Parts: sequence; C-alpha cells; structure tokens
Amino acid sequence: MKIIVCVKQVPDTETRVRIGPDGASIVESDVNWIVSPFDEFAVEEALRQKGAQGGEVVLISAGPDRVASALRSGLAMGADSALHLKDPLFDATDPLGTARVLAAAIKGLAPFDLVLTGHQSAGGDNGQVPGLLAELLDLPQVTVAVKVSVAGQTATVEREVEGARETWETSLPAVISAQKGLNEPRYASLKGIMAAKKKPIEVKDAAALGLDAAALAPRARVTALELPPSRAAVRMIEGDADAQVKELLRLLHEEAKVI
Amino acid sequence: MPGILTFAEQRDGAPRRSALEVVSEARRLADAAGVKVGSVALGPGARAAATELSALGADRVHVFEDAALGSYATEAYARALAQVIEHERPTVVLVPFTAVGKDLAPRVAAKLGAALVSDCVSLALKGGSLEARRPVYAGKAFATVRCEGEPQMATLRPNVFALGPRDGGRPAEVIEGRVDTTSRARITAITASSEGKVELSEAQVIVSGGRGLKGPEHFHLVQELGQAFGAAVGASRAVVDAGWVDHQMQVGQTGKTVSPTLYIACGISGAIQHLAGMSSSKFIVAINKDADAAIFKIANYGIVGDVFEILPRLTAAAKAYFAAKG
Repeated sequence: MKIIVCVKQVPDTETRVRIGPDGASIVESDVNWIVSPFDEFAVEEALRQKGAQGGEVVLISAGPDRVASALRSGLAMGADSALHLKDPLFDATDPLGTARVLAAAIKGLAPFDLVLTGHQSAGGDNGQVPGLLAELLDLPQVTVAVKVSVAGQTATVEREVEGARETWETSLPAVISAQKGLNEPRYASLKGIMAAKKKPIEVKDAAALGLDAAALAPRARVTALELPPSRAAVRMIEGDADAQVKELLRLLHEEAKVI
Repeated sequence: MPGILTFAEQRDGAPRRSALEVVSEARRLADAAGVKVGSVALGPGARAAATELSALGADRVHVFEDAALGSYATEAYARALAQVIEHERPTVVLVPFTAVGKDLAPRVAAKLGAALVSDCVSLALKGGSLEARRPVYAGKAFATVRCEGEPQMATLRPNVFALGPRDGGRPAEVIEGRVDTTSRARITAITASSEGKVELSEAQVIVSGGRGLKGPEHFHLVQELGQAFGAAVGASRAVVDAGWVDHQMQVGQTGKTVSPTLYIACGISGAIQHLAGMSSSKFIVAINKDADAAIFKIANYGIVGDVFEILPRLTAAAKAYFAAKG
C-alpha cells in the first residue's frame, strides 16, 4: 500500500516561547526544531502498516529550508521518499491554505491508500489540517486515532472521545490523524540515518502545485501574540502536615471560594 | 436571518453543556451587534433540544430529527451544517471545541472556504470581523486572530464561556431539515472507557500526580484525593511515559490542555510543557517536596511537603469537609 504522511516541524516542546519584535510571531533564532510529536506517531504507524502490508511511505512537509531536517528524520526512521513544499507563500498562509498546499501535492501522488497526519501540531494547536485535507481530497476521515488496522480496502480505527472509545470503519483511501497512544515511535538507527542521506527529497513550489497567491491568501490572520497573563504570587502554607492541610481547605473555601 | 449560527451537540433532547455555552456566547455577540442567533441540532431529540437552546439564546433552531444522525458521522454532520449555513448565510458560525466539534468544524470550513479559528477563549465582533483570542503552544502564548470573508468560523473551548441567563419565554422558530446521511467513515462500536469518571477537559476540579509519587503503586493516593474532591484525575508526561497511568490522563503540551476552576498538582515539579497545559486554571494548588520547583511559580497556594504525608491527610480532611457541607 502507498501511504502518505504529512509532517510539520515545530519548536521542541521544552522551548520557552519568546515574542518577536513584530508582536505577532515567536523568536525563532534560539528554537530547537523537531518533528511534531503527533506526526511522529503518524510516521511510525505508516512504517508499521508498510511492514505488515508492503508498499511505500512518502513524507510531505510544507515550510522553509529548515523543514528538510524534519523530512530527513522521517526518512531515517524508514520512510522511502519525501516531498518538500517550499514557497514564501506557504509560510504566510493559514490552516486552510496549508491544507490546499498539501492537498495539491497529495493529488500529484495518486493513487494512494492512506494519508496519515498528527491530530494537531504541537505549536499552532489548530488541529484543522486533517479534516480540511479530507474534505479537499474528497476522502473520508477518522481523527484522533489510537489504533489502526487495515484489511483490504477497509480500515478499522479506534479513537478516543470524552469518556469513551469509539470504533470506526472507513473505506480507503482515507485521512487518519494520530493521537498519542497509537504507537511508540522508533528511534532512527545509525544505518537508517546513513540511508536517509541518499533518499530523495523532491522540492515543489506554488507554481509547481498550480497554486497562486489568491488561493493561499489567509482568511484567518494572527494579528498579535502575547505571553499568558502573569499569575499572582504564590502563598506558601507553613506548619506541620495537619496544619497545612487545614489551612489549605480554609483558603480554598474562604478566599478562593472554589469549594 | 441569523447573523450568528451555532452547532449544538445534543443527546436525547438534552443539549450538552458546551453547546449551551456556545449559544450563550452567540447571544452576547448578537446582542452587541444587533443580529439574530440560529442553532443547528442533529439526531433524535433535536426538536426537544430546541427548547433549551432557545432559552439560552437561539431565535431559530434548525432540527434534523433523523435517526440516521443518532450517532456522529463526519460527512453527514458536515453536510447538514453546511446546508444550513448556505441557506442562512450567517456572518459567524460557532462550534464547541469538543471531540465532535474538532472533527466537524474543519470539514465544514473546507466545504465553504471559510476562515476557522480553533479553541478560542474569547471572541469579539469588530466591524463585522470576528476577532478571537486563543492559546498557542498549548498555552505558552496567546494569539489574537482576525478573520476575513464569509462565513467566519470558530471553535470555542469548553468550560470558558459562561452560560447566559435563561429566557424561557424567548419565541424560537423551529425549522425541520433533511440531509443525505451517507458517510464513508462510520462508528461501529462505542465503549465507555472511564465509566463514572469525570472527563479531564470538562472537569471543574482536577487532581494531578507526577514523579513525586515515586511509583505506580502509590498513584492511588492521587486517585483517592480526586475522589474526595469529585475531581478528574490527571498526570504529568513523565509518569505517563513511564507507563504508570494511561496516556489519556496526560496534562500538558502533548496531552490535554485544561482550564478547571481548581487544579491540585501533587508531586509535579512543573516541566514547561506541563505548565503550558494547565496554567490557565483559575486556582492552582501545588504540593511538592522541593521548594524551588517551577510549579510554585504559577501556583496560588503552595505546600512544601511530602506527598505521602500530605495527600492522605488532605483526602481525609476533604472528605470530612464535603460530608459536613452536605
């Protein structure tokens, strides 16, 4: 089976966010970039499905030059090839624009059986691309997957919702988005890292995908970015354990009024 | 013609709380802008749900009372919502940021080529444009997002928007709808994963445990404290990755982002990705051995102490407190 995995490069989750001089973006100079953790689950799932069914795994990512290193990490895990979608227009668009870019690239890779993504990026946290992509590609979708099994042209997917686990069945091809719990991503082996250097990364820009500025004009724009409001100073509760517990309950009741 | 349309999840005639929060916020925005509010309810009970939706703010409710819409299916629900949007042409469409809303809203936005802002914590209409505030990087920063075009869509974080005043006398127009309910992806089974437990993202009180518990065999101390407070139970990434508890319980950047009224962190040092996921909680209590732990920097109340001494005492005292309160 042919599996396409969309990956996004995001700041390491340990990054301390600093706001840039434009007041609407983060300072990127000291950021350590990683493959978004949810996308790693998607890459791992693709490799496991390929292991079980045979086939190929193609990675795609939209973004500037630095994104090539995210694609190399996925290739080192075992993906077969990668497509880097690079154009200044892609960096200034919104989730719908990003989905249009990915959809145009994915159409060029047809026929395929499965499109895997993270259920959201660990950064923008929009969680929109899987559903946008499925609609643009006219495919069924199952999001927030924690288990995927494929038999013929059908996938059975388990997903977690508030307080319950749902089992879904979908025809393939489909878009499936990965949640933590789906699998345990492998570490790239030294052999994998060496092999990744020789694997192809094709680069495409907007013109190559048949997209222009009008198609990618953002309809949702970040106009300001700020750090969370600072919290009141902590009140430390002194005394022995019994006194601390008693005082805490008193404060929660009388001062905070939350119990 | 409603200027603001909301999607209202309901079961057997009862709208979910998140649906009522969204219609309440729609009412506030609509009153400020002088426009009307519409809601869409799908599945058996939709007509009955219209009463409560109108009491909280809907002037018009579109109901699709079709048994085939009884369980959620992305394509059928998206078709129904898009059909109403195309008919009503609202300026703004609001959807709860719940499991269903998260899955549904992007599909509808792509159908309509609409702007969509996810997980909003405040909204305003400025000159006909929706301006939304939302956490990014799991709450390490907040973005202000401005929308263009029509319609403009937003998903609203549960537990953030207050319920409005009920007005049982508001006359609501009920419009029956029908739609093609076929979907290529469908639910075939549902199992309750945590019967009787409070769901993290909807909880008013959360008790969370971290590495300070020293091992999975001690995590019951956190569970018991949670029970005493009627709270949902969460955990840090460290203990989830160590396999002590299920990953569904993880609070933080790669887990759940939560904003309860009260968050009690037990033996959690406060890694930046954990703080990101819970620092918008209204009141934070931190219990930790290390007085320099980062968790104290964002806590309202701090106890420097051993969780093995504090937790059983707090559980007992809380039980006594709530029993006395009745």
